[in-house]
Amino acid sequence: MLFWIPLFPLIGFLINGIWYAFGQAPAGRKKAGAGLPGAIATGAIFASFVVSLMIFIQLLGQDPEHRAVEQILFNWMSVGKFHVDVAFRIDALNTLFTLVITGVGTLIHLYSIGYMGHDETPGKFFAYLNLFCFAMLMLVMGSSLPVLFLGWEGVGLCSYLLIGYWYTDIEKAKAGKKAFVVNRIGDFGFLLGMFLIYSTFGTLDFESLRHLFGHAGSLPEGVSPQVITAISLFLFVGCMGKSAQIPLYVWLPDAMAGPTPVSALIHAATMVTSGIYLVSRLNFFYTGSPTAMSVVAAVGAFTAFFAATIAITQRDIKKVLAYSTVSQLGYMFLGCGVGAFSAGVFHVITHAFFKALLFLGAGSVIHGMHEEQDIWKMGGLKSKMPRTYWTFAVGTAAICGVPLLSGFFSKDEILWKAFSSPSGSPWLWFLAAITAVMTAFYMTRLFSLTFLGAPRFEVAEHAGHSHDHPGHDHGHDHGHGHGHGAKKVKGIAVHESPLLMTLPLMILAVLSIVGGYVGWPHASWIEHWLEPVVGGGHEAASGVSESLEWILMGVSVLGALIGILTSFRVYRNLSLVEAMTRNVQWLHKILENKWYIDEIYEAVFVRPIQVFSQLLWKGFDVAVIDRIVVGFGRVSQWTGETVRVIQTGSLQVYALMLLAGLIGTAGFLIYGWH
Amino acid sequence: MHQIEPWVVLSFCSIIFFIGFTGVLIRRNILVILMSIELMLNAVNLTFVTFSKQLNHLGGQMSVFFIITVAAAESAVGLGLVIAMFRTLRSVDTDEIQILRE
Repeated sequence: MLFWIPLFPLIGFLINGIWYAFGQAPAGRKKAGAGLPGAIATGAIFASFVVSLMIFIQLLGQDPEHRAVEQILFNWMSVGKFHVDVAFRIDALNTLFTLVITGVGTLIHLYSIGYMGHDETPGKFFAYLNLFCFAMLMLVMGSSLPVLFLGWEGVGLCSYLLIGYWYTDIEKAKAGKKAFVVNRIGDFGFLLGMFLIYSTFGTLDFESLRHLFGHAGSLPEGVSPQVITAISLFLFVGCMGKSAQIPLYVWLPDAMAGPTPVSALIHAATMVTSGIYLVSRLNFFYTGSPTAMSVVAAVGAFTAFFAATIAITQRDIKKVLAYSTVSQLGYMFLGCGVGAFSAGVFHVITHAFFKALLFLGAGSVIHGMHEEQDIWKMGGLKSKMPRTYWTFAVGTAAICGVPLLSGFFSKDEILWKAFSSPSGSPWLWFLAAITAVMTAFYMTRLFSLTFLGAPRFEVAEHAGHSHDHPGHDHGHDHGHGHGHGAKKVKGIAVHESPLLMTLPLMILAVLSIVGGYVGWPHASWIEHWLEPVVGGGHEAASGVSESLEWILMGVSVLGALIGILTSFRVYRNLSLVEAMTRNVQWLHKILENKWYIDEIYEAVFVRPIQVFSQLLWKGFDVAVIDRIVVGFGRVSQWTGETVRVIQTGSLQVYALMLLAGLIGTAGFLIYGWH
Repeated sequence: MHQIEPWVVLSFCSIIFFIGFTGVLIRRNILVILMSIELMLNAVNLTFVTFSKQLNHLGGQMSVFFIITVAAAESAVGLGLVIAMFRTLRSVDTDEIQILRE
């Protein structure tokens, strides 16, 4: 039954893809309805959600130690001892992932029907979206590394296709290319790790590998710790690329060029968390190597902090959310890096809820504002978009860590583990806590600039009836006027999004509120559930008492509240913001330009490679290789010209030459050289 | 029975061979060239027979049979080609048939 989960999106992809390629595309870029393709795609992913739910219920009834459903489909390749099956295996860990992918995926598909309603090629969009879901499900369900890698590359491809979905805009096409190239760098590490695993252990199957390791923290016999460290670090390079960690995070902010539902599904809720999935799946490698653990934790904590500093100054609503995603992914790796894999996975799930909610809310805002993405040109949307406003408020509160919302539980779990676990340290906790304060600050900034205060744009007079006008399309660079019909109206006619878009927002808002209760501190269902797969949370280091846990929790709640309140105060009075910005102009400039990382990469990596390639092209390819090749041609041409003289075409001359040759050969055979 | 000396036969053979060869070289008519080739082949046949007798070995005579057979086939094909050539080019002169050169 397992294979139905990825099969449904694949069928959806095939139907929509074939229909688009042979039915819609030849008809030209005319407007095709989003309704039917969207319904097919949504139905496909919803069907696999139902199957995932059935599998989950089946797992609930099983014995915790052997909780797994397995299905071998067919033999993929078999060379000597190397044997790979296309097989799926769902256990306690990846059943959570399939539920999130198909569940949140269904909501986002539903939302896309509304969001892409005026797009020119919705058939293509939904085909890609379904293909992505298929690849993502292959990634999490595969029972061995090669199958996982198949999905890993598949989601990379779909990410590229969807970032560059509006490829007529060269900037968007470039963003897609950047994402693909940066991901390939990570994949290189992934492949090296995979080769090393095979040459060391002779198998790539997760279950066989896990049996080789036995108890948590112990190494298989005859394998040196250095090899384990190398494998862990190589795989982590792959995770850095896919999950946007320093130094390979640069593609994710640019990936916001894609349609907003794509940002929500791929670049917030699912694909970018596959790095966390891989680390938790192979947790026995990481627990076997303290060095790798420290690297993961340090990279995670530093990425969380670094991305948060950038997010404070960004003006684009989606860029803020993108950096916030990078930052939250950093938290997840911090959790994994201190041995709290269940806390990392827990944060993956809650983050999927509230970040998908925030992105879809941002999409709703962009939709309502007719393609305006600059939060400084928004404001006062509270009364105009009430449903978006309330759901966005819930998402913001959840990510800020307001107590009793989902983000609070998962983030606090990670913070506590970063402090208390044997491989954690107060420094990691401090970095993460500062990041939490900054998160609260920039998310509240985003929220108040968008929804509160007075509008900072020209409001159209006829805002009331704009609800149902068909004249606008979005996401395109088509340069439609904000007015519509014969009567040109100046300014932007803000309107609330249709129910098709706000319904997923409401469902996600509810999930963002209650999603955290599965991880109630000291009674965590999710920790207990994941224990057979990722091992129990480590016992707290000595000298860490329960009262300290309460104090730290109080500190982080206080930090979040300080962040939120400061932000509210500051951004209520915009002249104050300008004065503050002027005071720390240099810092503001650095942050606004994202620490100049793109420029530094350009100067350190891209430029030298370009110069070097230029050198090879002009200096070696043209000057040496081309000359050699052309030289061969010249020589044979010259030889031909010279020798063709003896080809007279006269039979008798040939016969005479034959005779001369015969005599010559005979003479040589008889007399030799002498 | 009086035996002819081998060198007499061999000299005779080489004379016939070179008559044939000269014919190939200097004549321009393909039919004559084919005939000259036949002459050369038969000279070689005669040589084979001579050596076969001289060395008491049947290999030479066997070769002769093969050569006769192949030569028959060859002249059939050759004549066919000459006829075909004459039909298209209206000539059997080797000086005029040099179209492949260009």
